[in-house]
Amino acid sequence: MNAPRDLPRKLRVATTSLSGCFGCHMSFLDIDERLLELAHLVEFDRSPITDIKHCGPCDIGLVEGGVCNAENVHVLHELRKNCKVLVALGACAVGGGLPAQRNNLDVAKCLTQIYRTESGEVAVPNDPELPLLLDKVYPINEIVRVDYFLPGCPPSGDTIWKFLTDLLTGRTPRIEHPLLKFD
Amino acid sequence: MSDSMNSVFDSANTFTIDGRRVPFKPGQTILHAALEAGVYIPHLCHHPELKPHGSCKLCTVTVNGRNGSACTARAMPGLEVENDTPALNDRRRVLLQMLFVEGNHFCPGCEKSGNCQLQALAYDLEMLAPHFRHAFPERPVDASHPDVWLDLNRCVMCELCVRASRDLDGKSVFMLAGRGAESKVVVNSPTGLLKDSALSIDDRAAHVCPVGAILPKRVGYAVPIGERQFDQATISHQVDYLARRTIPIKAVEPATETEGA
Repeated sequence: MNAPRDLPRKLRVATTSLSGCFGCHMSFLDIDERLLELAHLVEFDRSPITDIKHCGPCDIGLVEGGVCNAENVHVLHELRKNCKVLVALGACAVGGGLPAQRNNLDVAKCLTQIYRTESGEVAVPNDPELPLLLDKVYPINEIVRVDYFLPGCPPSGDTIWKFLTDLLTGRTPRIEHPLLKFD
Repeated sequence: MSDSMNSVFDSANTFTIDGRRVPFKPGQTILHAALEAGVYIPHLCHHPELKPHGSCKLCTVTVNGRNGSACTARAMPGLEVENDTPALNDRRRVLLQMLFVEGNHFCPGCEKSGNCQLQALAYDLEMLAPHFRHAFPERPVDASHPDVWLDLNRCVMCELCVRASRDLDGKSVFMLAGRGAESKVVVNSPTGLLKDSALSIDDRAAHVCPVGAILPKRVGYAVPIGERQFDQATISHQVDYLARRTIPIKAVEPATETEGA
């Protein structure tokens, strides 16, 4: 007998952290035992949870962190290309966040000041494997089209859960008090 | 509004906001009358203790078919005011988004978070992202004063500090200088620094800022994040607070000078 065809297939979810601190991913894990419930509804593609390095076609992409270097741009484009719905997760993805505090400083001056030894020698890391920094840290919607924004530093587990369950069950996601927080 | 409250006013002195009858005293603005009657109209540059300014435009309402600032428009008998409509709230959200991208508003790193009126308005209007391209302007922080920070990154140029210093403190420590995008708050002192100005921590100008641009030092996290004014309820549910708030002479510290005449 054939397997029943009307079983809904699990939605594929990709997650990544660009110029973020993984705090939003930690907050994602803060949905605690609801992760088991979530596992019935979704399966993970590229994500720190699966350690898959590249993203295939997905339904939902959760992006933490702003865009601070060339690698971030590539990863973000990969997710945008593969995800039907792309979500900016957390303050950095939404507005640049803490890393964007460097945005009115000159990158070269920043690097030469940080990588200066006590004797005054400047040794900025220059390995070809290191992605080059961008002039500024950009919110992800200044690089690609973004479908939903989930602010907060980090958005709480409850906020992420409310958003995901809204999205997975076909409702228009709505985040309002007390789940909507910028801090 | 109760019947007993209505009787205080001349029955002719009423107008409507979204169909609800609101009494007013002659000379009151639409915003003033609305807040006293418990009707919320979003606002940022208004403070009940200071003269209206009409600059932030968040209180824009439609009065008899025309848009105007509720904080400067005088209440008149029979006015029909539209306030809580999707169209007006959409515009207000766009104004907020422009304010957010124009300055450097990093809520997670700001000690005003939770008490900030700009943030509270954004929460209430469910602003999820600033939408526009961020300007990330270069603006200075003046930490020279022993008791007060001045961080222009967060300034929204509402001129509440200008008005409080001039009209309540009688000092005129702050002023808005420049034009258009170059506008900024400047300090009245020979060096331009706050430490050389007449500002004191006891001034109302030091406590009136609705955002985190002017902050008293050393009390930043006396009330933890999550337990602050607008963490409790959204700003639209705190009309009573908005109508009756006064500028504290000193933030946080309990009053000690209750004895003696």
